[in-house]
Amino acid sequence: MAEITVVLPSVLQPLAGGQSCLTTPADGAVTVESLLDAVTGDYPVLARRLRDETGSLRRFVNIYVGGEEVRRLKGLETEVAAGQEVLIIQSVAGG
Amino acid sequence: MGCMATAESYVLAIGTKKGLWLARSTDRKEWSLSGPHFLMSEIPSIGIDTRGDSPRILVGVRSEHWGPTVAHSDDLGATWTEPEQGAIKFPEGTDAALERIWQIYPDSASRPGVVWAGCEPISVWKSTDGGEHFELNRGLWDHPHRSEWGAGYGGAAAHSIVVNPSGENVHVAMSTGGVYRSLDGGASWEARNKGISAYFMPDPNPEFGQCVHKIAADAAVEGRLYAQNHHGVYRTDDNGENWISIADGLPADFGFVMLTHPRREGTAWVVPIKADGERIPPDGRLAVHRTDDAGGSWKRLDVGLPDHEYNAVLRDAAAVDSAEPAGVYFGTRGGSVYASADEGESFIEVASHLPDVLCVRAAVVPGVASGDAADDAAVQSAVESAALSEAESAAFAAASTVPA
Repeated sequence: MAEITVVLPSVLQPLAGGQSCLTTPADGAVTVESLLDAVTGDYPVLARRLRDETGSLRRFVNIYVGGEEVRRLKGLETEVAAGQEVLIIQSVAGG
Repeated sequence: MGCMATAESYVLAIGTKKGLWLARSTDRKEWSLSGPHFLMSEIPSIGIDTRGDSPRILVGVRSEHWGPTVAHSDDLGATWTEPEQGAIKFPEGTDAALERIWQIYPDSASRPGVVWAGCEPISVWKSTDGGEHFELNRGLWDHPHRSEWGAGYGGAAAHSIVVNPSGENVHVAMSTGGVYRSLDGGASWEARNKGISAYFMPDPNPEFGQCVHKIAADAAVEGRLYAQNHHGVYRTDDNGENWISIADGLPADFGFVMLTHPRREGTAWVVPIKADGERIPPDGRLAVHRTDDAGGSWKRLDVGLPDHEYNAVLRDAAAVDSAEPAGVYFGTRGGSVYASADEGESFIEVASHLPDVLCVRAAVVPGVASGDAADDAAVQSAVESAALSEAESAAFAAASTVPA
């Protein structure tokens, strides 16, 4: 079965047991929302760093699918194809 | 030099825009500083719970990137723990998300384990397990006024929580909304702002909508509270039914801080700021003012403070300890922190050039703090180990306790 890989920024890797990538098996396309549910299921603190309790992506967390930030696509409803790689990158923020 | 063992020492927790610093002292004159903890996250709230066998430091942490959370340490900052599912989380159906924890308030010794929190969006929370899990106060959340509460410059938050000894009377202050009072332990709430000005509204004396910056209870007189308002300093002697001005004698009636003595009737401290439109100490001269007669008169206290200071002191960037005489502590938005071991008569600088100070809390804790070389080395080691990388900071509390 194909996999989808989520690449974590180094700052979040300790929350995933030190892993730089999380993978989940996928027969076909899945939404970013269900992908995040799948890969963070065992890492609830990581899950809270990415999305708030309403399920919304935190303002300065960017997720890239096919090189495009998902807010420019369909947000968390953006579909990810089996075999694709998804990047999580914190945006430039703060002072 | 031998170890100057004492049965008690002092801890001063300093929450800033970019992390937490901890200071320890045996005499409130010499302080050893360690930190930062949670580097690059702001620490807008701290509670030091001294009711148990060992003190627990609770901190509200907020990262611009990764959001807010509550962490706690039972070993004075050596290690930190964050509940996996988050200590404060809006329940389903509220369609709200926690933005920032503005207040962490351990309740009285007669109610061990009870800790209150005030948050943004405007909400009050209560924990019965020492701050590891909080429940939303539905009485205030479902209050019919809620849709009309507004946001001050810093955000819309419940920032002050005062509980009387019996636990029946709870006062909350919010910006903006003003003071709300519960007579049933938090089940139901009524606005109690009569006498507090809201000059920025069409009706300057509304039932609610005031921008009360901080409230604090008198140490000894039941039903007496003090308020620092967005212009205006007030006192109530009837549990919030009526507020009267006690600003006469102060150089300005604007400010954020309101502190009360841990034991003595009628004693409170404020840190005046010139005005809403000029948020600097009056004449650029920083001073604390103390009343010992419930606001009848004020004494300027500035011994040990700098000649010139143009930074404000925020609402929770000031605290008292429970020692005798009471210690008074505050920090500025310029990153200076001052401590007084004599109720404000004189101050020393504990730290300088830190990020903006958002919150300070101080407590007397059991244990030895010492001054010999070995302990100095231990302190230095603590400083180094506490200087987390940003990566470590983000991961400060994974599934289990991690070394800070």
